[in-house]
Amino acid sequence: MSIIIDSDLCEGCGACVTSCPYGGVEIIDDIAVFTEDCILCGVCIESCPVDAITLVRAEPIETVDKAQYKGVWVIAEHYKNEIHKVAFQLLGKGRELSNALNVNLTLVILGDKFDDKLEEIGEYGADEVIYVKSAILKDYYSDLYVNTLTDLITEYEPEIILIGATPTGRDFAPRVAKRLNVGLTADCTGLDIEEETGNLMQTRPTFGGNIMATIRTPMSRPQMSTVRPGIFKANLTAKKKVKITKIEKQFEEKDSVSKIIKIIAKQKENINLEDAEIIVTGGRGVGSKEGFKLLEKLADILGAELGGSRVAVELNWLNEDRQVGQTGKTVSPKIYIACGVSGAIQHLVGMQNSEIIVAINKERHAPIFHVAHYGIVGDLHKVVPALIEEIKKSKSE
Amino acid sequence: MKIFVCIKQVPGISEVKIDPKTNTLIREGIPSIVNPHDKHAIELGLSIKEEYGGEVFAISMGPPQTEQALREVLSMGVDKAYLLTDRAFAGADTLATSHTLALAIKKILREVDKSEKYIVICGTQAIDGDTAQVGPELAEELGIPQITYVLKFQLKGKDLVVVERVFRTEEVVVIETKLPVLISVLKNINQPRTPSMGGIVKAYQEKEVHFLNSEDIGANKANVGLNGSMTEVHKIFIPQRKGEHLILDGTIEEMVSELVNNLKDDKVL
Repeated sequence: MSIIIDSDLCEGCGACVTSCPYGGVEIIDDIAVFTEDCILCGVCIESCPVDAITLVRAEPIETVDKAQYKGVWVIAEHYKNEIHKVAFQLLGKGRELSNALNVNLTLVILGDKFDDKLEEIGEYGADEVIYVKSAILKDYYSDLYVNTLTDLITEYEPEIILIGATPTGRDFAPRVAKRLNVGLTADCTGLDIEEETGNLMQTRPTFGGNIMATIRTPMSRPQMSTVRPGIFKANLTAKKKVKITKIEKQFEEKDSVSKIIKIIAKQKENINLEDAEIIVTGGRGVGSKEGFKLLEKLADILGAELGGSRVAVELNWLNEDRQVGQTGKTVSPKIYIACGVSGAIQHLVGMQNSEIIVAINKERHAPIFHVAHYGIVGDLHKVVPALIEEIKKSKSE
Repeated sequence: MKIFVCIKQVPGISEVKIDPKTNTLIREGIPSIVNPHDKHAIELGLSIKEEYGGEVFAISMGPPQTEQALREVLSMGVDKAYLLTDRAFAGADTLATSHTLALAIKKILREVDKSEKYIVICGTQAIDGDTAQVGPELAEELGIPQITYVLKFQLKGKDLVVVERVFRTEEVVVIETKLPVLISVLKNINQPRTPSMGGIVKAYQEKEVHFLNSEDIGANKANVGLNGSMTEVHKIFIPQRKGEHLILDGTIEEMVSELVNNLKDDKVL
C-alpha cells in the first residue's frame, strides 16, 4: 500500500506539486518525491502528463461471496405521509442500474399508513416494495432505522443500496454501512455499472466541487451510495404490478434511545428551486440588491424562480435559500439563465445538469460561457430589458 | 465530563483557482486550515466545559503537519490534543478513519474514571471530502447514540441532552437523549471564539500535542488507512462541460431575438 513514482518516466515537471492540495509532494533533483504529508488521496495521478504516478494497493481480499447479493434497493424517506421525491429520482436511476444487471428494483419504506400508496410505486419503475410498518415510524428515529435496515439487508442481501443524500439519509446510511462493514460513497452525482465486473461506479464532486472522483467498492457488498437530490429524474413508466412485502413491527418509543419532543417549522419563503422549470440567476455582475429587481421582472414574465450565486447571497442581495451551487441548491431546470454570474466551479456544480443554459455576461472569458448553450456577451442591465421585451413580443404572437 | 472533539486539517478550498490556459487546478500554496465546521465543534466543547466542568480533548488523524491545526484549537482553550499520525493511516476512507478515531477515544477512556460521562463532538462535514460520514460511523463503533446536523444543544441535569436537528429545509426536530452521545454540529450553532494572546502562548509553551501511532492505539494495520478502506478511488477528473456552446452575435436586439428563437426551437420556451 503506497504511492509510487516511476523515476524513469518522471520528468520533474512539477504538475503533481501544483495539483496537490496537501503539500504532499516535492521535486527533488528533478524527480517527484512524496513527503510525510501525502495522504494518498491520488489527486496527483490525474495531473501527471507522463503517467508516472501509481497508487499501489494490497491485493483486494473479498470478504463476501458477491454472487449471493442480488438486486437494487432504494430506501425511501418521508414526512407527513409523503414520500420524499428523491426516492422517485433514485427509482429512475435504479431502474437503469437494475436493467443493466438484470435484477429486481425494490423500494424499501419504513413508515405507517402507506398501505394505499404502494401500488403506484410501480409507475416509477419498481418491481417490489418492502414496507416495514409501525405506528411510530411515521417519524424518523435514527436507531430504529439503522437496526431495521441492517436486519433487512442481512436477510435479503441486495447488491446496491441507494439513499437520498438528505440530512436523514446521511444520518442513517453511514451507521448502517459501519455496522455491515461495507463501503459507502457520499452525495453521488453519477452512477454507472462497470461492464466487466458489475461494480457500481459512483461519481461525486470532491474538494468543494473542484474535482470529480469515481469511487467503487469492489471488496464488499452491498455497495451503498447516498445520492444528491435533484440530479436524476423520476421516470414514470407504464403502470406495473409491484410485489409488496409488508412487515408489521410493534415499535414503541422506549425502543429508541432518543425521544422526539417536537417538530418546529422554520421560517420559510415558499420557494422550491429544485422543482423550478426555469431559473433566472444573478451573480456579482448584477451589482446591487436593486439590480435583482430587473431579474425579478424577467423571472416573472417567464414564470421562473429567482436564484443567486454565492457572492450574491453573501452580499445579502438575496436570501440564502435561493443560492445555487455546491453550498446551495442543486438544480436542473429546463432553462437556466445566468446573469452576471462568472461561473466559479462551486456554482457550476449546482446547475450544470440544466437542460439549456443561457449566460449573459460582460466578460467574454468568464467560465460560465464554457457551460452555456447560448451566450450573450454584454451588459446584463441592457440585455435583460431587451430580452424581457422580446419575450413579451413572442408571447403576444 | 470528558469532551472529545474530532477535528480535521483541510486545504483552504475556497482559494483553489483554475488555470484558464490549461483548465487545470492550481492548488499549490493553498494554506491548510482547521475544517470550518470543526471550529464550531470545538466552541461547543469549550462552552459545555465552561458550564458543566470537565476536560476538552481534541483528536485529529492526519500527517505530522496537522499539529498546526491542533495548536490552533489548543489556543482556543482545548485542554489536551492528540494527533493520530502514522504512514499506516494514510489513504483512509471514512470507515478506516472512524475506526482509528474510535480506537484512540477508547484508549483515552480506559485511562479515566469509568463512571465519568462523556460526549463526542464533530463538525458535520469537512470541506475537502464533504462526506459527513465519519461522525455516524464513529458513534456506531463507540456504540453510542448520534445526533447529526445539530443547530442547538442543551445539557439538562446530569446527563439529559436536548438538541435541535435540521432534518428538512423547512423544519427542525427537537430530540432528547442521554449521555454518552455523539453530536455533529452545523455552523449556525455558535460563533467560534478567537484565541486570546494568553491562549496562544499557552498552546505553544505549556500545552502538548500527544502523538499516537498505530501501535499506541492498538490498531491492526489491516483495518486502518488504505488497507482498512472499503471504497477505492478509481478515477479523478476535472468536471467536463457538455453540449454545444453558441456565442450569439450582433446588436442586443438581434441577440435576444435569436436567443428567444433558439429557445423556441429547442422546445423549452
